[in-house]
Amino acid sequence: MNIFQDAGKYVLLMKRVLVFPDRWRMFFRQFPKELEKLGLQSLPIVIIISVFIGAIMTIQTKLNTENPLLPAYSTGLVTRDTLLLEFSSTILCLILAGKIGSNIASEIGTMRITEQIDALEIMGVNSANYLILPKIIAFVVMVPFLVIFSMAVGLIGGYFVGVFTNIITTADYLLGIQYAFIPYYVFYSLVKSLVFAFLISSVAAYYGYYANGGALDVGKASTNAVVNSSILILFFNLLITNLMLN
Amino acid sequence: MIIGGFQDSKLSNSQTDMIEVKNIDKSFDGNQVLKNISAVFEDGKTNMIIGASGSGKTVLMKSIIGLHRIDNGRIEYDGRNLPDMRMKEIRILRREVGMLFQGSALFDSLSVLENVMYPLEMFSPVSKEEMEIRARFCLKHVNLEEQSFKLPPSEISGGMQKRVAIARAIALQPKYLFCDEPNSGLDPKTSLIIDRLIHDITVEFNITTIINSHDMNSVMEIGENIIFINKGEKAWEGTKEDIFHADSEELNNFVFASELYKKVKIAHQ
Ligand SMILES: Nc1ncnc2c1ncn2[C@@H]1O[C@H](COP(=O)(O)OP(=O)(O)OP(=O)(O)O)[C@@H](O)[C@H]1O
Ligand SMILES: [Mg+2]
Repeated sequence: MNIFQDAGKYVLLMKRVLVFPDRWRMFFRQFPKELEKLGLQSLPIVIIISVFIGAIMTIQTKLNTENPLLPAYSTGLVTRDTLLLEFSSTILCLILAGKIGSNIASEIGTMRITEQIDALEIMGVNSANYLILPKIIAFVVMVPFLVIFSMAVGLIGGYFVGVFTNIITTADYLLGIQYAFIPYYVFYSLVKSLVFAFLISSVAAYYGYYANGGALDVGKASTNAVVNSSILILFFNLLITNLMLN
Repeated sequence: MIIGGFQDSKLSNSQTDMIEVKNIDKSFDGNQVLKNISAVFEDGKTNMIIGASGSGKTVLMKSIIGLHRIDNGRIEYDGRNLPDMRMKEIRILRREVGMLFQGSALFDSLSVLENVMYPLEMFSPVSKEEMEIRARFCLKHVNLEEQSFKLPPSEISGGMQKRVAIARAIALQPKYLFCDEPNSGLDPKTSLIIDRLIHDITVEFNITTIINSHDMNSVMEIGENIIFINKGEKAWEGTKEDIFHADSEELNNFVFASELYKKVKIAHQ
């Protein structure tokens, strides 16, 4: 199927998803489960990755810019701005696209091939809205917290380098991460992450919802979900950066 | 008011709940699966669609309820044509439909009891307690034991899953009941129990029931109004008594494939 047909089908699906639920009670029964599954359960991976990347970035920045002319704060500053601008939003969302995207696509895809979606439709339920909306909203709500968390944990990772090695002193590092701080960068990152969260959850839901065949096709759907949402993230990153930082 | 039992208002309902299918065609990407099929499915009867694996039974059933969009033809519910209805109207119609899927299609995130309560929670205005009473009533009606109510569907046997699926399908007192191979994968005794159950429910509540099957035992047990599909075309229709005198070659090949039914046929003549 070509890209325009896919896009059209995706838009039509979203038209069915993005409406008020028939039963708010059922929505609010799903919603907390999704917050937990898509948000809280992502915390461990966010922590592990962010702390390591924060530390590694600090070490590499310091080693690659060994120059007496550079001020002492430069390493901390570069680490902080990289985290704030790119890592904790774009790269983190690319990683989450793998985790969340495959989770959503395989869950919905399995429901499709085992006729659970047909069963919902037969009952007169708007299955797209019932299954997909809580996931999208839950992930969009959780992602800013994950991003802020990743920024904080990444900075702590860098601090560990100062504490446990003598590559950089903690004083220099702490000076650097506070130097010329631009709050707008955080805002920019949060805006990006909201868009990415919507893309990841809706694209994955699309591939799951239209899976057809057997277990193998569910696998294919989740691969497609991850690959295509990653590409879209990179594309929208460029677009938003152009709009917001130019 | 729905409490334990079924509403009896339906029984006094004089309008018929027939489904009439007229000249429907359905193809997937150029592969024509249904060819000009017409049929009438009567209320209070177990209407059967029989045919070999791959002949198009599931597609026909899903087309009748609008899960597949047909290419041509009419599907009339009490005179109203389904392909002309808007999504909203279809949703309202579907609240009167119960369906038993080929693979049961129970929601695996919910327990047995929650599965049966699900359609009630979605569409009935009664309190949680009344829903639970109703769900338990339906589960008891299909002979399920109390101890399995709290289990997830994955922890009960295939036959029990089918019964839960029937209980879920009848929870909202449907006017129409669709069963896609209700006894595939079940042993002969359990099959018989499920068949009788469906038949009894149909008669008791005057439901328009359509059953897909390729199991001759079921056909002989509960088939009242039978249509035979061969490669997407309706090749024969009649009652189970007629089967033994049918002159359709395809039907005879299908029905009398087994030695047992060859003997039954000889005994009949
Ligand atoms: N969604 C679909 N897309 C494309 N082709 C389909 C689809 N569903 C069914 N078909 C085709 O339609 C034909 C009839 O399938 P169907 O599932 O109706 O058979 P069946 O009579 O129910 O068989 P069984 O007894 O094995 O369940 C098959 O050739 C199948 O490949
Ligand atoms: Mg079938």
